[in-house]
Amino acid sequence: MTTQQSPAIQVHGLEKSYKDLHVLRGVSFEVARGSIFALLGSNGAGKTTAVKILSTLLKPDAGTARVNGFDVATQAADVRESISLTGQFAAVDEILSGRENLVLVARLRHLKDPGGVADDLLRRFSLTEAGGRKVATYSGGMRRRLDIAMSLIGDPPVIFLDEPTTGLDPQARIEVWQAVKELAAGGTTVLLTTQYLDEAEQLADRIAILHEGRILVNGTLAELKQLLPPAKVEYVEKQPTLEDVFLSLVAAKA
Amino acid sequence: MNKHFLGDTTVLLGRSLRHITRSPDTIITTAIMPIAMMLMFVYVFGGAIRTGSGTSYVNYMLPGILLITVASGIAYTAYRLFMDMKGGIFERFQSMPTARSSVLWAHVLTSLVANLVSLVVVTLVALLMGFRSSAGVPAWLAVAGILVLFTLALTWIAVIPGLSAKTMEGASAFSYPLIFLPFLSSAFVPTDTMPTILRVFAENQPVTSIVNAIRALFAGRPVGDDIWIALAWCAGILAVAYAFAMTTYRRKIS
Repeated sequence: MTTQQSPAIQVHGLEKSYKDLHVLRGVSFEVARGSIFALLGSNGAGKTTAVKILSTLLKPDAGTARVNGFDVATQAADVRESISLTGQFAAVDEILSGRENLVLVARLRHLKDPGGVADDLLRRFSLTEAGGRKVATYSGGMRRRLDIAMSLIGDPPVIFLDEPTTGLDPQARIEVWQAVKELAAGGTTVLLTTQYLDEAEQLADRIAILHEGRILVNGTLAELKQLLPPAKVEYVEKQPTLEDVFLSLVAAKA
Repeated sequence: MNKHFLGDTTVLLGRSLRHITRSPDTIITTAIMPIAMMLMFVYVFGGAIRTGSGTSYVNYMLPGILLITVASGIAYTAYRLFMDMKGGIFERFQSMPTARSSVLWAHVLTSLVANLVSLVVVTLVALLMGFRSSAGVPAWLAVAGILVLFTLALTWIAVIPGLSAKTMEGASAFSYPLIFLPFLSSAFVPTDTMPTILRVFAENQPVTSIVNAIRALFAGRPVGDDIWIALAWCAGILAVAYAFAMTTYRRKIS
């Protein structure tokens, strides 16, 4: 493919309004292949709108966006071949079992061995035991893992994760982070949106801060840190955080 | 047409049929209300109603009951579509390389199958209650054809609130007037005794011609113009509802 060298995602001057509400006011950024890019912003900053435009669910009012080299407006079908979207709420079928959900997506992606694909992903996401159960009985973390597993079917080169850990407990969060890191290690480009600063810090190669429809800054974590005055040296007693306590206690139980 | 349209529709149809077989209560509740009405009309009111048609009352009112069955059944179509929209799985399907309209068609075909099952159940109960027909195979096929067309027309009406409703109640409330419509027709009593305004409405609304056509087919009588008026109504409603549903759908996905 000739598109192999260009950035996985190129967004230029994206604008979108809902009636009077100007959600995106000229958003531009690029995401390099195989990297993790975090779109950081508070609720209502326009993160979801940007993801919806990139995944061809919404049309922009102005600006252009290319995903995997394809224009989202004129080559939507090619874009959909190249991407996978994990929305803000786990988009899984509650009435089907976990395995049936995976088989369903594999069929819709027109893969050869849907059952094999499903079993393989159940194993990778430690869902083999729960695979035959109705998703309605799953915990939030299991549901989210299944959701992400469904997004990996067909190995799309670009994956959008819209607030993948919102509403998850700390353990489930770490599981999701692990899955995202493995993805990027395998060469997949990941664009994730988040409102958690530590999530962006943990995962992202580059971080863009989206605020009121504009990108305020865009850079690596080190670059962003340089925007503020240099670090002062302070001596602080290292106390375990509540998260450390919680995780070690829970891990001891298990 | 997308080359995957038939395959994708089949896969998605399998999914929603599985929803029905796993919660058969939707079929039971769809069939129970018309059956209860049938029991009440035949055994409570029926003795006092003079239809002047020289046939048993259960024979007289079954066509109207069948239409009520469909009208209450399509509320579930709107409900299932609404749940897909709300849960985010609709967006997941729309962002995948599937034939996009397959999602809608799968719901429409599921509605057809579910309603036909309910219609068979109601007809079997009517047979137990003494319903008898002298109709031959061609007449039964004609009845089935009219009911299929009627179900499709009402299903496409149901798609509109299914796609656009904000709440679950809103998604199914539209069916109440449709369930009520047969009462203002020739379905349960002859229209002659109604006050003029009501009679004019009753005689010119779609249910009356559909009921009269089905009644004539069941009785093995010539159907006259009623069947053409009935078919024209069904086709007209189908065309208008389809156009509105597609407009709503396009607004949702752009």
